[in-house]
Amino acid sequence: MSITELPKALADQSKVPSSTETKSSSTTNACRMCMPLGACLAYVGFEGTVPFLHGSQGCATYIRRYLISHFSEPMDIASSSVGEAATVFGGEENLRVGVANVSRVYKPLMIGLASTCLTETIGEDVPGMITRIKDPETGLRAETGQATPELVFAPTPSFAGTHADGYHAAVTAVVKELAEVGEETESVNLFPGIVSTADLRHLSEIVAGYGLPHALIPDYSERLDGVTVARYEKLPGGGTTATAVAGSGRALASITLGGMVTPGVDLAGEVLQEQFGVEHLRMPLPIGIRLVDTFTDRLTELSGQPMPHWLDAERGRLVDAYIDGHKYAADRTAIVYGDEDLVVGVTAFLSEIGIRTLLVASGGRSGQLAAEIAKLTPARAADIEVLDDGDFHEIEARAAELKPDLLIGHSKGYATSRRLGIPLIRVGLPIHDRVGAQRLRHLGYRGTQDLFDRVINTLIQVRQDESAVGYAYM
Amino acid sequence: MTEVLAARARQVIRSGDGKAGIDCEKQSVAGSVSQRACTFCGSRVVLYPIADAVHLVHGPIGCAVYTWDIRGALSSGPELHRLSFSTDLRERHVVFGGERQLEDSLNELIERHHPAAAFVYATCIVGVIGDDVSAICRVVSAKYGIPVIPVQSEGFAGSKKQGYDAACEALMTLIGTGDTAGVGKHTVNLLGDFNLAGEIWIITEYLRRMGVEVVANLTGDGRVADIQRAHGAALNLVQCSGSTTKLAMQMQAKYGIPFKKVSYFGIDDMAGALYAVAEHFKDPEMLARTRELVSEEIAEILPVVEECRRDLEGKRAAIYVGGAFKAISLVKALRLLGMTTVLAGSQTGTPEDYEYLTDLCDAGTVIVDDSNPAELSAFLSEGKADLFIGGVKERPLAYKLGVAFCDHNHERKLPLEGFIGMANFAREVRASVCSPVWQFAPRHQPAIKEV
Repeated sequence: MSITELPKALADQSKVPSSTETKSSSTTNACRMCMPLGACLAYVGFEGTVPFLHGSQGCATYIRRYLISHFSEPMDIASSSVGEAATVFGGEENLRVGVANVSRVYKPLMIGLASTCLTETIGEDVPGMITRIKDPETGLRAETGQATPELVFAPTPSFAGTHADGYHAAVTAVVKELAEVGEETESVNLFPGIVSTADLRHLSEIVAGYGLPHALIPDYSERLDGVTVARYEKLPGGGTTATAVAGSGRALASITLGGMVTPGVDLAGEVLQEQFGVEHLRMPLPIGIRLVDTFTDRLTELSGQPMPHWLDAERGRLVDAYIDGHKYAADRTAIVYGDEDLVVGVTAFLSEIGIRTLLVASGGRSGQLAAEIAKLTPARAADIEVLDDGDFHEIEARAAELKPDLLIGHSKGYATSRRLGIPLIRVGLPIHDRVGAQRLRHLGYRGTQDLFDRVINTLIQVRQDESAVGYAYM
Repeated sequence: MTEVLAARARQVIRSGDGKAGIDCEKQSVAGSVSQRACTFCGSRVVLYPIADAVHLVHGPIGCAVYTWDIRGALSSGPELHRLSFSTDLRERHVVFGGERQLEDSLNELIERHHPAAAFVYATCIVGVIGDDVSAICRVVSAKYGIPVIPVQSEGFAGSKKQGYDAACEALMTLIGTGDTAGVGKHTVNLLGDFNLAGEIWIITEYLRRMGVEVVANLTGDGRVADIQRAHGAALNLVQCSGSTTKLAMQMQAKYGIPFKKVSYFGIDDMAGALYAVAEHFKDPEMLARTRELVSEEIAEILPVVEECRRDLEGKRAAIYVGGAFKAISLVKALRLLGMTTVLAGSQTGTPEDYEYLTDLCDAGTVIVDDSNPAELSAFLSEGKADLFIGGVKERPLAYKLGVAFCDHNHERKLPLEGFIGMANFAREVRASVCSPVWQFAPRHQPAIKEV
């Protein structure tokens, strides 16, 4: 029996990057979701808002099922239930009836409308329909006698982008509709992107720590991580208020975290800058010490306040933890996949703890992924393969060759992880095979700490399980 | 009381109120937040378990993403069905058509996986952009010498039910193309069983013990070659009647194969299904073997059922599932556990199923077609349900209200069919209903009085 175990052979770096191989025609096991899903998720982050898809019934139901499996919360998404006749003659009546029914049952403050492949392809003019619904003479109010909620619309055909694009399209639609001009305030707009509910809460806590009034736009932390109740709430509380969005046009500045979108999709922060003159800064998701520092430096700049003591202490403990665990990370390798925003942050984090990322993969197609990775990991950029607009057929083929120690991504990589015997660390969305996806933290020093512990402990456990000795100490 | 939308008023009735039958088989009301999916979903559900075929979703990515390996339809061999294939249409295809993309994708996937057949699912926009899916399928089929079958499953074409029909049509093009030499006298096809958690293997084993052979599984653990010779079987057993009754009727008309609607859930219905088979073949020895099998199996699980019943007696259950035929079996199975049913509903029940269900249930039971979260949550509260039986979309409604839950949908990991399935069902129900966690749910705390 040998008492020392040799580390696994390091992956061969001379392999041809996948980008030079022939790209498949078909997609197998996609690494992204569709635009309407992102739009629905964003809309849920606005107070009293019901997401509403103009399309066939299935889109709403599939998306509900998908998000429910991740968040373990009710996720009501209305549909105009476009059928055969509406496909041929137009779906305006369906949309109008649907809006009336949602208004009656949910009594929402706002209905967040989004289109689907079908209604975009048949050329539905949803803004025109909204105008007619709101018409004081012939609109819904005149017809039913009940108040019509705020109606916003984002065009989100699945063929035009990813769930991340749909998310930003919806956020931008709400901001465009509700933002108001006026005298500049001290408030900061924070556009968090698709992150967990725990991350959203933590972001608010950090910004508040600098004494900065702020609007987190959108914020689904309460609605998608709620408490058990005695009576069902059709529209649970929480979410960014209309007042907060109105104030976004008067804010001191905007920060967009991530915000990598397919060209053609506008970010809300950009719109506020162009139309309301609100200074905008886009930065990567704050994962890892350097990227969290970038974020907190910006908060210091905006607030004039130093880092609050508790946050400084979290940073200190994270540095301490990095040092305690660094040896287990040495010479280890990973493949990171998922949303473009998330993989950029995770890759930057891995680079600062000594884990080499061999492949960064995403189903996204902003076209910015390679450049972002290069910017954040300049020393290693040439060694990191970048695959955008990719699927799991490609990711798995590369993983089989690169033989990384870890896969880091959402739960859809589980089949690959299982087939190749590579441990999977679950991050992001969707996570359909574990409880607590909504509670996973990725952001801030605290989120990084969680991520670090999970990464290092996974590596330790693999070593421990493989060991002939079975060391019970580190 | 929740407000039921006026357009849905006749889709909710109560057992024993003497009023006319329920309204069903309608398009979902816009804005009602129906729990239903679409035509594509119906087709995908029925054909999905055919494990040696490529299932290519022709459309933008969403439809393929949301149906990737989300159902526990097990295979004893190939697992092609667990991969999610899409033509992943982009803007340029919407403008210029997606036929070329479809053909390239089919060529690529057939060369990569060497499937026994390929199904091509048309999604919403395919007809709108004018793709001739059938033509492409014919070309590719000729090229590779395998069946390449278009499935007319455009989401907007109707509800799940139209999707079932489209799937049955696709299956009919396969059936009758194989050699039936060697197919025996005492043979059946299993229709509408999707082998969730290996259930079809349990049923096949029962039939084997009776002396009955299965020709083709339609579609759980299904194989293309078996389906091609399905017309040689002597009898069709239709389990999920909503999805495959039409197929059974078509096979009866075309090949003269009689069919029986059966259910494998609960002791009564499971035994009834096996006796129906034995009676059909009019073989006294088979009937004797069936009697022996049924009594053996019941003897084995009865202690479990009785033990669970002691803890569950008097509890109240709510049911909302895909088809009303399953709800009927569930009401009976719950009775065996001493439980009453306060709500029985389904997405796509037929008038006959609902009528039977209405007669079966105790007076006052809510019977509902194509319901939604607002209604279901109100019914749960009004009926003071202790248990909700449904699928993933129903689960958070139950949990939010502090109500126990049993997954009786395609995601289940425990076989619920067969006699052993009844024992599993009893254990599963007890595991949730009798969990100590409910004591902390607001609903169960005496301090909070419901108004």
